[in-house]
Amino acid sequence: MSVQEVKFYQTGTFTVGNRLLAENERAVQANMRRTNSLNSGHRACQGCGEALGARYAIDAAMHATGDRVVAVNATGCLEVFSTPYPETSWQIPWIHSLFGNAAAVASGVAAAMRAKGRKDVRVIAQGGDGGTTDIGFGCLSGMFERNDDVLYICYDNEAYMNTGVQRSSATPPAARTATTMAVGDEPGNRFGTGKNVPLIAMAHRIPYVATASVANLRDLEDKVRRAIAIEGARYIHIHVPCPLGWGSAPSDTIKVARMAVESGLFPVFEAEDGVVTSRYKLRRPVPVEEYLKLQRRFAHLFGKNPDTATLARIQAMADQNIGFFEL
Amino acid sequence: MLRQVEGSQAVAEAVALCRPQVICAYPITPQTHIVEGLGEMVKDGRLAGCEFINVESEFAALSVAIGSSAAGVRSYTATASQGILYMAEAVYNASGLGLPIVMTIGNRAIGAPINIWNDHSDSMALRDAGWIQLYAETNQEAADLHIQAFRLAEELSCPVMVCVDGFILTHAYERVDIPSQDEVDAYLPPFEPVQVLDVSDPVSMGAMVGPEAFFEVRYLQHHKQERALDRIPELAAEFAARFGRESGGLLRTYRCEDAETIVVALGSVNGTIKEAVDEMRARGQRVGSVALVSFRPFPLAAMRAALGGARRVVVLEKCLAVGIGGIVSDGVRKSLSGIALAGHTVIAGLGGRAITKASLVSLLERAARDELQLLNFLDLRQDVIERELGRERASRRSGPTAENILRDLGATAAGASPS
Repeated sequence: MSVQEVKFYQTGTFTVGNRLLAENERAVQANMRRTNSLNSGHRACQGCGEALGARYAIDAAMHATGDRVVAVNATGCLEVFSTPYPETSWQIPWIHSLFGNAAAVASGVAAAMRAKGRKDVRVIAQGGDGGTTDIGFGCLSGMFERNDDVLYICYDNEAYMNTGVQRSSATPPAARTATTMAVGDEPGNRFGTGKNVPLIAMAHRIPYVATASVANLRDLEDKVRRAIAIEGARYIHIHVPCPLGWGSAPSDTIKVARMAVESGLFPVFEAEDGVVTSRYKLRRPVPVEEYLKLQRRFAHLFGKNPDTATLARIQAMADQNIGFFEL
Repeated sequence: MLRQVEGSQAVAEAVALCRPQVICAYPITPQTHIVEGLGEMVKDGRLAGCEFINVESEFAALSVAIGSSAAGVRSYTATASQGILYMAEAVYNASGLGLPIVMTIGNRAIGAPINIWNDHSDSMALRDAGWIQLYAETNQEAADLHIQAFRLAEELSCPVMVCVDGFILTHAYERVDIPSQDEVDAYLPPFEPVQVLDVSDPVSMGAMVGPEAFFEVRYLQHHKQERALDRIPELAAEFAARFGRESGGLLRTYRCEDAETIVVALGSVNGTIKEAVDEMRARGQRVGSVALVSFRPFPLAAMRAALGGARRVVVLEKCLAVGIGGIVSDGVRKSLSGIALAGHTVIAGLGGRAITKASLVSLLERAARDELQLLNFLDLRQDVIERELGRERASRRSGPTAENILRDLGATAAGASPS
C-alpha cells in the first residue's frame, strides 16, 4: 500500500487508527505475522527510539521482500543492545564489523549477491548518527558515489549514546551532551556546526533519499517499502529520540519525536535523484519550546530566566526548515 | 606457460586463475599494477563472474572484502604501506571474524618521511593481527603463493597476506610460469564457507563478546595458525607435485649443511643472500641461509631444526622495530631456546636502500670474525647521522630532520639512491 490518501485524524493526535483501514492496508507492525526482525529480549533502555525505528524499518523491509534481507550494522547502541553474545535479537542474517565501515561492508555483501546472481536478496546497512554522519561518513559517501545497491538507514538520536552521550555532528545547537556541557557563555552545543546528511546524500544524486520519524509509523514503513524496491544507493534518515541522552521520559518517546517533526526542527521529506518530491506538511507548526522543554538536555534554556535569545535562534532554524523544505 | 611478465601482472594473473568473485581496489604504490591488471581482466571478460569495485580508501577496500567474504564469495584485495595502516582496524576485524580473504602486500616503507620504496615495515606492523603472512622470494613464488593462499585461507577460514617486495618484485620483469586454469581448478576447489549471510539460514556475525568468551575466540585464532604450520608444508608439497616446482612452505634452507654461519631473511633479498653465500662458500667459508616464507605462523620447530647446528645466526631484517631493533630476530631467538648460539640482528634496506652482494659478503666476513654486535645497521651512513646530531646540538630550532639530510646530500627524494 501507499500512504493512505484520506486522512482520519483522531482527536488530539495525528495518527490514524488501523481499524479504519482494510486488513491488507494496515501497518506491518499491526500484522500478527510481522517478523519481529529485532526480537524482544534485547537490552535497549526503556523507551528507546532506535529500537523502535529499527524494528519498524527492518520488519517493513522483510515484509516487502518476502523475508530476503541481509543487514550490516555499525558499532553502536543498536549493535550492542541487540547482540550480547551468545544472545541475538536478530531474526535475519546480520553482521557487525566496525564502527565506520557499515556502508562498505554492505557494498561487499551487495557485490557478493550480484556475483551469486541473488538480486532478490536486499541489503541494508544501518547505524546511528555517529556511525553515519561522522566516523562512517567516508564509506557512506563512497557507497553513494558508486550507487551500490544498498539501503542505508541512519537512526539519528543526535549524539554518541553508546559511549555516554557525547556530541556528534548530528547534535543540535544548544543541546547539552557530555562533551558540550551546559556551562559557560554559550551552554550546550555551538550554533553553526554539524551536517545535514540527507541533503548531502541528495547531492550525490542517488535515486532515493528520505527522512522519517518513529512518530509516524505508516510513513516510515512506506518509505522503507519504496526504498527497498529501488536499485542503487538509497538513504533513509530516521529521527529516534533517546530518553537517556535527551533526558526525556521513556513514555514520551513518540511524543518527543512528533514534536520534533511538528515544530519543523526535523523536516520529513522524500527526494528522488537529488530533488525533493514530497514533504510532510505541518498543519499547525508548534513552537520549538514545546519540543525542547520535554528534554533535560535543553533544560538550561528554561527555568526562572529563560534564554529567550537562544530559543529564538532555534525557532529561526525551525522556520528556516519550514521555508526551505516547504513544510 | 612461461612468460616474461612484470611481477604485478604475474600476481594478477595468478589471482584471476583463482576465480575470485569480488575484488576491491584502491590505488597505492607499489601495489597498484596488480589491481589494474585484475580490473582489466574483469572488464574485458577474461575474469568472468567477478565484481571489481573501485573504493574510496583502503579501509573501505578491506571492509568491502569483509562483506563479500561474509556473504560467501571468494574475495581479494591488495595494498601497501600507509594503506595497510589505514585499514588496520579492518585487518584485525577480518581475522577476528574468521573470513578467508587473501590480500597482497606490495611491501613498502611507512612514513614519515614519506617513501614509496621497499621494506617490510608495513606488513610487520600488522604481524599480530591474526593473518597468515607469507613472503615471496621471486615473482614465480609470488604468483604461486596466491594460489596456495586461497586454498589455505579457505581451509582454515583465516585470512592470508601474501607479501611481495615492492618494486623489487612487483615492478620487475622476470620469466614466470603462469599455470593453466585447469591446473589451478584441480588444486583449488570452490569456496565452501563455514559461515555465510544466508536469508534461508539466518545467523548473527560479529556479536559483542565479553570476558566469558573473548579469550577462547582469540585462542582459536592462534589454534588456526598452529594448524597452518602443518598445512603450509603439505599444501606446498601438493603444489610441487601438481605444478612441478617448489614454492612456499614454511622456510627453505640453502647450503645450511655444516654451515657455521646462517643468514635468515624474508622475501626477495634471499636471492642476493644466496649469491653472497655462494661467494663465501667458494672462499671456503661455511655459510648458509634460510628463506623464511611463513612469518605468521612462525615455524619455531622448523627454524630450530634449520639453525640448531650452526655457530651463529645473522637475521637480516627489512624493518626496524624502533627502540628494540629486530622483529624476526625475536622469533628466531625463541626458536633457539636452550641452544647456545651467537645471534645477530642486521637491519638493512630500509626505505629501499639497496642491499648489495658486496655489503652482504662484507657483513658475513665480519660475522665469521665475530665482529658483529647484537644489533647492526647495514650501510647506515654514520657521517650523515653525525651531521644531523651536530645540528641538533647546535640549535634548538634545527629544523625538519629529513629535509636537513636531503640538503646535506644534495639529493631530491625522487632521485635519492645513495650510492
